[in-house]
Amino acid sequence: MGIVSIVIQGTLLGGLYALFAVGLSLTFGIMRIINIGHGDLIVLAAFVAMVCVRALGIHPLATLVVVVPVMFGLGYVLQRGLLNRTLGDNILPPLLVTFGLSVIIQNVLLEMFGADTRRLNVGALETSSILLPGGISVGVFPLMTFAVAVLVLGALQLLFFRSDLGRAFRATSDNPVTAGLMGIDNRHLYALAMAIALAVTAVAGVFLAIRSNFDPAVGPDRLIYAFEAIIIGGLGNLWGTLLGAVVLGIAQSAGAAFDPQWQILTGHLAFLVVLVLRPDGLFPRTRD
Amino acid sequence: MSLLETCALRAFYGDFQALFDIDFRIDAGETVAIIGANGAGKTTFLRSVIGVLVGSPEMVTFDGDKVGGLPAHALVRRGIAMVPEGRMLFPSLTVEENLRIGAYGRRTGAWDLQRVYRLFPILEERRNTPSMQLSGGQQQMAAIGRALMSNPRIMLCDELSLGLAPIVIGQIYEGLAVIAAEGMTLIIVEQDIHRALAAADRFYCFQEGRVSLTGPAAGYDQAAITAAYFGV
Repeated sequence: MGIVSIVIQGTLLGGLYALFAVGLSLTFGIMRIINIGHGDLIVLAAFVAMVCVRALGIHPLATLVVVVPVMFGLGYVLQRGLLNRTLGDNILPPLLVTFGLSVIIQNVLLEMFGADTRRLNVGALETSSILLPGGISVGVFPLMTFAVAVLVLGALQLLFFRSDLGRAFRATSDNPVTAGLMGIDNRHLYALAMAIALAVTAVAGVFLAIRSNFDPAVGPDRLIYAFEAIIIGGLGNLWGTLLGAVVLGIAQSAGAAFDPQWQILTGHLAFLVVLVLRPDGLFPRTRD
Repeated sequence: MSLLETCALRAFYGDFQALFDIDFRIDAGETVAIIGANGAGKTTFLRSVIGVLVGSPEMVTFDGDKVGGLPAHALVRRGIAMVPEGRMLFPSLTVEENLRIGAYGRRTGAWDLQRVYRLFPILEERRNTPSMQLSGGQQQMAAIGRALMSNPRIMLCDELSLGLAPIVIGQIYEGLAVIAAEGMTLIIVEQDIHRALAAADRFYCFQEGRVSLTGPAAGYDQAAITAAYFGV
């Protein structure tokens, strides 16, 4: 595989990783919660999509119509009913509770669906590709995934910088007590933030389910990729997260080109290199 | 009937009692100053009134309703606004965004962006600046504007003069006089006694969590205030 091809495939893979990372980035950015269960919530969304395909007989991509609202609602309830109670000066309680959540989700999925490896079949879309000049073929589905990631980030960008709700999110992230003095109800706002984060997670889950094999145990790896994308990109910067995800994707593609066994390792190595050279990430949020 | 009243208001930080049975009232359209030394409980009092520190319902009556148990965001929607000590603008937001977020509770009334800009024209000039790049005085103006944007019926102002040059303090209080003249009810907390009393109709002096003196601001007795302020 030539270098150009590696970069293109890696960039497109980065689109999927960006979808993994955005929800995690939102919950950390707004609530300072590190959601250890994030990867498992992605897998949960994938299983919800699978159930929809089986029960309704619809195209895997069409399940987004169901999975996104379901995860949105789950996010609201999860935050309002559980995670809000863990918030305080101490960062450990939310960490421990989401870790517990991770274990619970994995085991419930295992109990309900077994340990079999699954994949959602989208027929011709899976294998169709576009031939670029120079003989490089680009998969239509990876291209679609990347486009969706850019769309999601663009929509969030608009939400955060062009709406009352977005201003409220940023203000609450700055100072929740003063935000209360603006008439902002933190409990409701945090619940909405988690709802939006899980709506994006739903998209990630559906694209994961189509793109690769999944089973109840693959969540923690997705969490690691999401973490790495965020840290490489720089905390608190949405587009930085996309670029971080692309860096991770390219590193993995390069490793895979060398030897398929190296794919995951080179991704982690790229992450470590960035952490050593630029501990704040490549594009830290400039503020203060 | 008073617009806002507290009855035997107490406040605690953990086991430490910061306020002891504060009885306070303010009528609509009045400006009342709360003066007192550092640690007298002035800021704690404001934080209790607006629900950042939550007490029991009967401690605070606003417009005839017992609201002492409500959280801040609910009280803001009922028409209480606060200009917090140290301004507390949101660093991630521009000047104009800071003002706009003041209107988050969607109360309708006379105050909007244009009117705030007319009161403090410098804010319009710097509307797209990150809020932390404003000077201290401009930040204070933005914080006052932000509170006005919620169209409150009463505004609590905590240490408006803190850390500002005398000429800037003068500008801030000129703005406050305009706001008061338009009928706003104001509670002003200040360490600068003369500044506060010049702007107020009545005053309360706090000392170690209790009201040590209260009366009309005009023609106050300097010696009595000194005694109530320092407790000597």
